[in-house]
Amino acid sequence: MKIAVCIKQVPATESKIKPAADGKDIDRTGLSFVVNPYDEFGVEEALKIKEQLGEGRITVISIGSDKTAEALRTCLAVGADQAIHIKDAALEGSDAHALARVLTAALQRENLDIIFFGKQAIDDDSGAVGIYVAEMMNLPHVSAINKLEILSDENRAVAHRQIEGGTEIIEVSLPAVFTCQKELNEPRYASLPGIMKAKQKPLSVLSLADLEIAPDSVGLDNAVITLDQLSPPPTRTAGTPLEGNAEEAVSELVRLLREEAKVL
Amino acid sequence: MSDKFDVAIVGAGPSGAAAALTLAKAGLSVVVFERGEFPGSKNMFGGVLYTPILDKLVPGFWEEAPLERHIVKRRFGLFSESSEAAFEFRCEDFNQKPPFNQSFSALRAQFDPWLAKKAKEAGALIIPETVVDDLLWKDGKVIGVKARREGGEIEADVVIAADGVNSFLAKKSGLRKDFSWNVLAVAAKEIIALPRGTIEDRFGLEGNEGVAVECFGDVVAGTVGAGFIYTNRETLSVGVACSINAFIDKKIVPNDLLERFKNHPSIRRLIRGGKTLEYAGHMIPEGGYKQVPEVIADGLLLVGDAAHLVNASFYHEGTNLAMASGLFAAETIIEAKKKDDFSRNGLKAYFQKLEESFVLKDLKKYRQVEVWAHKNNKFFKEYPDLMLEVLKDYFTVSETPKAHIQQAIVKKLRTRLKPLRTLVELNQFRKSFFSS
Amino acid sequence: MGHILVFAEQRDGKLKRVALEALGAARQLAADAQVLAILIGEHTAALTQTLTARGADKVYLIDDAGFSHYSSEGYGRAVADIAKKEEATLILMGATALGKDLGPKVAAKLGGPFAGDCIALETDSEGKITATRPMYGGKIISTVKCRTATYQVATLRPNVFPVNDPDDTKESLVENIAPLPDLSSVKAVIKEVLASANTKVELTEADIIVSGGRGLKAPENFSIIEALADALGAAVGASRAAVDAGWKPHSYQVGLTGKTVSPSLYIACGVSGAIQHQAGMSSSKYIVAINKDPNAPIFKIANYGIVGDLFEIVPLLTEAVKKIKNE
Ligand SMILES: Cc1cc2nc3c(=O)[nH]c(=O)nc-3n(C[C@H](O)[C@H](O)[C@H](O)COP(=O)(O)OP(=O)(O)OC[C@H]3O[C@@H](n4cnc5c(N)ncnc54)[C@H](O)[C@@H]3O)c2cc1C
Ligand SMILES: Cc1cc2nc3c(=O)[nH]c(=O)nc-3n(C[C@H](O)[C@H](O)[C@H](O)COP(=O)(O)OP(=O)(O)OC[C@H]3O[C@@H](n4cnc5c(N)ncnc54)[C@H](O)[C@@H]3O)c2cc1C
Ligand SMILES: Nc1ncnc2c1ncn2[C@@H]1O[C@H](COP(=O)(O)O)[C@@H](O)[C@H]1O
Repeated sequence: MKIAVCIKQVPATESKIKPAADGKDIDRTGLSFVVNPYDEFGVEEALKIKEQLGEGRITVISIGSDKTAEALRTCLAVGADQAIHIKDAALEGSDAHALARVLTAALQRENLDIIFFGKQAIDDDSGAVGIYVAEMMNLPHVSAINKLEILSDENRAVAHRQIEGGTEIIEVSLPAVFTCQKELNEPRYASLPGIMKAKQKPLSVLSLADLEIAPDSVGLDNAVITLDQLSPPPTRTAGTPLEGNAEEAVSELVRLLREEAKVL
Repeated sequence: MSDKFDVAIVGAGPSGAAAALTLAKAGLSVVVFERGEFPGSKNMFGGVLYTPILDKLVPGFWEEAPLERHIVKRRFGLFSESSEAAFEFRCEDFNQKPPFNQSFSALRAQFDPWLAKKAKEAGALIIPETVVDDLLWKDGKVIGVKARREGGEIEADVVIAADGVNSFLAKKSGLRKDFSWNVLAVAAKEIIALPRGTIEDRFGLEGNEGVAVECFGDVVAGTVGAGFIYTNRETLSVGVACSINAFIDKKIVPNDLLERFKNHPSIRRLIRGGKTLEYAGHMIPEGGYKQVPEVIADGLLLVGDAAHLVNASFYHEGTNLAMASGLFAAETIIEAKKKDDFSRNGLKAYFQKLEESFVLKDLKKYRQVEVWAHKNNKFFKEYPDLMLEVLKDYFTVSETPKAHIQQAIVKKLRTRLKPLRTLVELNQFRKSFFSS
Repeated sequence: MGHILVFAEQRDGKLKRVALEALGAARQLAADAQVLAILIGEHTAALTQTLTARGADKVYLIDDAGFSHYSSEGYGRAVADIAKKEEATLILMGATALGKDLGPKVAAKLGGPFAGDCIALETDSEGKITATRPMYGGKIISTVKCRTATYQVATLRPNVFPVNDPDDTKESLVENIAPLPDLSSVKAVIKEVLASANTKVELTEADIIVSGGRGLKAPENFSIIEALADALGAAVGASRAAVDAGWKPHSYQVGLTGKTVSPSLYIACGVSGAIQHQAGMSSSKYIVAINKDPNAPIFKIANYGIVGDLFEIVPLLTEAVKKIKNE
């Protein structure tokens, strides 16, 4: 079973995020970066499948700056077999279509059975790239899965995904793309030998030229959508604390909800 | 685990990173364990980095290190509830060219990762998010560490405990006994954001100049301790530090003391309108020379705060001693490796290097300060209050003839001071700070 | 502005409210252009009248057993085909579980820009959309600009856009889609849909949410939250502390790693209001906090706060609400 996981390096969830002075990006000073948590579910699921089948090869792939190599090493440390780091100055400002095209070009070289993505990257919260890649590779996909079972004949899988008020159970033929949601599994920590071995595992760096992608088909100039302005969310201010004993406070609350907020 | 390292270092603060950098540059295999999410993520200090050793470790460091401002001005303030008297020193020579006066304000969450990265680039393996729980022993020798991770037992010829003031390894190894409360100071600090221009205007600075402000007396409730403000580029490091005993005596918690400091009328206007970005607390090993434990065991060296190497006195200088001890530990190990002798004896050059350098010389010089301070806490409350009262009397404008005022002051001083006693105390002060 | 195509999501023969909100948004943006709806499923024909009344100029319909369940490929193709046929400049749908899958699928097929989970939309004179959407788990609000005015796709956060008043006089124009998109190439097929035990109002769609946290002390005490929710016709939510304690399943969790909700009214009971919790609910229109700790961060964002014991306050509130509803 050959499995790939596309991962993105993002600011850690607990980071304080604020827009940079020009409002075109976030202020990156002092931020620490991690593997997108939803992508970690993908890595863990790949490891579980490999363990369950007793064979397999797991490739982690990421597009990003030099720093992204750290995220790939983290994945190698928990058990992925090889990493591909796609890095090219021309990719600056690319939109999801361009990123998906680049990932597709890299994935197509690998002859894969399963490709995992996160359900969304917690920086842009977009949730598009995995589904785009599936379409570009002409593969079926199931998004936001929280359970996956590979059927013994190995050519099919059954995935669960949560919808409003229920769970969809979806059967899909492999090769296929899955985007991962919380609850799929509990990502493991890297073991110490794992961390040390990660240094020796192959991490190849590819440029657009290596993938035979024209630089003028990606980047900011060719994006169909661009980030215009970042701002902090409107601040909510503390409203009225309701005074009096419990009865008084409750009746005041009900009055305000009816007359002021008009929600009752 | 078969892969054995030459050196395992616990803690990626300034001491651990300095050791790792030196060892890796010499081609030794080094692993550094850091419990924080990244080096520096949980570390704090007051705010002035003294850099003579850093200059040796990374020549030209100022070109690339994340530094805030170079210190050109020092201010010492004495406070009563309503007044302040200050001594301020500014020197244009400290403003000439890098590395200026080898003192820079800095933020640890930025500096520590940078130094650790230098070590990494030199070839050290840095493993964050990993706590070391224990030492590995064989025949009475330390042969490695046990980290809190699957497969976490790692062997090494030498272990360097660079795990800070609470050094668990120093205790585990038996080198350090439990110490009494009064050798530790507790600090609380906030990082407060203000626009760059506001900081420069309020503190009389230009460009990247910075000031270190230390405050004594009523601002810290008259405890044996100090309040401090260090200017960063767009933030202020504002904090208080005092001995744990003082907190216990005064029944006050560090946070309240910090609030008291921030609310003093003289301080309040310096931080007005600022937004608190971070709050942190930390301990400082202020015991000085007498508290420095044995620093060498078979296969183990203690460096930095783990070895209590902090010069509290006027400077709050810890990082420089930490980096120096890390450097000396590394140099010692590089030599020991040639003879393949990592016993106590084989590593004894480490202590000699500490003794021959400013590290232990300075601690020795100031060894009386701590003792003095704890015996003479009048210098922190009674005398400042009296002095400021007298200054107030002197400067208060009224119709009273000046001669009367002066007489009244002399009388006040007579009744409130025991001249002989005070002279003795002043002499002790002089001796503890200025004799060698 | 060219035509706007709204995907009108329905489940079990009922339109999602957000489908009507999408029509409302489309109507506002459309000016003179047409608002088209596309409705896919089985036994769906009856819903076309509602879509017309709420703003659709024309409804494309698939009412077919083969389409009773969603499939990304089947639905995606249907929507993309109509979008192409009508040269739709903008395609709107709700940011529901389905919409979050279908939106990117349609954008991938059409190559157009995609903006997910939008909370505001604007259009310029050329018909290019500027969308406002949260990023970084709500810590940032961004505006994104489409660079082409063709096949722009946006999903809309539920409960944010207004629904048009119904106009029942409007003549409905319905076109059955024919031939139907070929489903033989669909390789991911829904075998079964398990209804969750919680048959109450779905969190992300609810207009009112009552949430409980660790302050409830024990799982059985959620009954007092449920009683208030019943009285209000509200959905029940939970903090992560309550979910981690096993008092409620993860599907109830509101926050960064749970659901993002923006109801008209969010009542937080015994929830401290950690930043991660706020990430999921701070865009609610009105927030009420009931907490015994006056310094709980939730009060900093609450419109109305009661400092007190929830075990006393919540039942009183439930009674008061019941009384009003009976009036
Ligand atoms: C309030 C305050 C103000 C100060 N002001 C100044 C000043 O202005 N100038 C100055 O030079 N010095 C100052 N100091 C002193 C200075 O901060 C320290 O002396 C210096 O940081 C010591 O460096 P270190 O590397 O020995 O220890 P630390 O910087 O404490 O680093 C120890 C590292 O070890 C890690 N660690 C601990 N235990 C484990 C474990 N079991 N496993 C893995 N990792 C572990 C920690 O996470 C940490 O990263 C101040 C200190 C304080 C508290
Ligand atoms: C990466 C990450 C992601 C996270 N994601 C989420 C998330 O999606 N959603 C989420 O909710 N949290 C999330 N958290 C956890 C979050 O930080 C908080 O720990 C959590 O929200 C706390 O839940 P709580 O408010 O119920 O509990 P607590 O913080 O313990 O608060 C309980 C409150 O109940 C009050 N109380 C107690 N008794 C009574 C009484 N009798 N009457 C009235 N009030 C009472 C107390 O005063 C207190 O304020 C996340 C954390 C991390 C690190
Ligand atoms: N730069 C990237 N490199 C590799 N994978 C990515 C990248 N960006 C996004 N992805 C993958 O696509 C998923 C969805 O991302 P997004 O569409 O940006 O929310 C992520 O969880 C990743 O699995």
